[in-house]
Amino acid sequence: MQPAYSVIFLTTATGAGYGLLALLGVLRAMGSLPDERAFGLFALGLALTLITAGLLASAAHLGRPERAWRAFSQWRSSWLSREGVLAMAGYGPAALFAFAWLVLQRNDGLWPLAGLAAAVLSVATVYSTAMIYRSLAAIPRWHHPLVAPVYLILALSTGALWLNAVLAPFASNNGGHALLQAICFAAVAAAWLLKIAYWRAIDGATGESSTATATGLSGLGSVRPLDPPHVQDNYLLKEMGFAIARKHAAKLHRLTHLLAFLVPLILIVIQATAPGPLSMAAAALAAVSVSFGVVVERWLFFAEAQHKVMLYYGAENI
Amino acid sequence: MTSLPKQAPAKRLGLVIDLDTCVGCHACAVNCKEWNTTGYHAPLPDSDPYGKDVDGVWLNRVHGYETGPAAGLDSGKAGRTVYFPRSCLHCEEAPCVTVCPTGASYKRTEDGIVLVEEDKCIGCKLCSWACPYGAREFDTDGGVMKKCTLCIDRIYNENLEEVERQPACVNACPAKARHFGDFNDPDSNVSTLTAARGGVELLPEMGLKPTNRYLPPRPSATVGDGASLQDAPAAGGFLGWIDQVLSR
Repeated sequence: MQPAYSVIFLTTATGAGYGLLALLGVLRAMGSLPDERAFGLFALGLALTLITAGLLASAAHLGRPERAWRAFSQWRSSWLSREGVLAMAGYGPAALFAFAWLVLQRNDGLWPLAGLAAAVLSVATVYSTAMIYRSLAAIPRWHHPLVAPVYLILALSTGALWLNAVLAPFASNNGGHALLQAICFAAVAAAWLLKIAYWRAIDGATGESSTATATGLSGLGSVRPLDPPHVQDNYLLKEMGFAIARKHAAKLHRLTHLLAFLVPLILIVIQATAPGPLSMAAAALAAVSVSFGVVVERWLFFAEAQHKVMLYYGAENI
Repeated sequence: MTSLPKQAPAKRLGLVIDLDTCVGCHACAVNCKEWNTTGYHAPLPDSDPYGKDVDGVWLNRVHGYETGPAAGLDSGKAGRTVYFPRSCLHCEEAPCVTVCPTGASYKRTEDGIVLVEEDKCIGCKLCSWACPYGAREFDTDGGVMKKCTLCIDRIYNENLEEVERQPACVNACPAKARHFGDFNDPDSNVSTLTAARGGVELLPEMGLKPTNRYLPPRPSATVGDGASLQDAPAAGGFLGWIDQVLSR
């Protein structure tokens, strides 16, 4: 599948933004975050900027962006529509949450509920993003039970590492926020394990469909393309036949292991143990590293995905 | 609405494509392009049509396949070439419909035809990702998705002669390899052909219940191996006599 830049940006930026927003909602409800306006403004600002920029970028890959409002109508059947509805719904509690924190400076009574509601809607939005891919049976590498958990845990990892980076200068003690560091470490480790499990499962699978089942010619023995239906690449080949990164897949897999998982884990440990400035630098680097790592991971998610239509063009078992 | 119809459509209109008689002439694809670039889905644009990078929207594509065991001659059976026109199969469980976020993609309750309402399409391409058959192609000029309409602007068109009220691809086929009808009617041409020739659905393992059926090629007659032409018959005949004389 062709990895559209806008979709890579959409899924990684909103993932980080929603992960960050959800953690802010939950941790502030627990009273575990500094109350300072500057921190709130910075952290919430970053979360909402990532979310909004991602959502706007998603409109960029539409053929008719001016009709995008129509996408809110079919939530009964379409995960893409559900993603849109949930994303819009999330702005309500997020705005209340920001109002309570930045303007009223309150975190008592019912106010924490706004943050918790924002957290719930954030998780639901990331889940629907994942389900857009998870629901496509024509692309077996996406139609896998681990796809949604990986999207969710990566959103949590990137969000947690960004919150950790933003929080570092505001943390009362030099080592940073211990609970948040634990969350970062656990989320990145869990994401690593899930991604390894996903890659193992998907690389070992042989597709149930072949050119023979796609053409109904199973009775004639093997089926190989002879006369192509067109002389130049068409839409189907450009969109579904994209395989440009596949020859670099092994290298990109290693890069993902490194940037998205290994380096952030090491940096979190450094942050927790090192003195002041080094600690803060480690937190910032971890956030940058995981962001690049997740972009590579998402690129591979697209470039390695084989679409069943390629069976008509001679692909073997998808 | 992009939910699928709750009850089964009254009619199930679709095509039967006979892979035994298809000669791969592309007339169906060309007539499809010609009709639909001026009809319901107008236009079906081409980019750089006379240049080096020809591309464009086609709702029907004709593939050619070489079939048979790779060592076809060893097995005593020759391989054979099969031409295979590929277009929308108007699935009962159409995944292209349910993924649509806007309601542009829908399946008609009256005859089961899957259509795109272009004025509502936002061009997100998700429907084309959902279709394993490659039935949908994106119109980069209009920013919307295009697909086979089973020529709804022909089959119900009372301005056309009755014999013309068929999809353009069916009318164009010089080999009569394409048949149009109602699969819900057990006596229709498409139902009887499917029953008689063992018509198959494509990618049955996906469970999308496509409406269109493909008739597999009939078993080919045994191909002569030329053995009887290698030597003159031992007993009699003019060639036999010559053979005897020259063999002395």
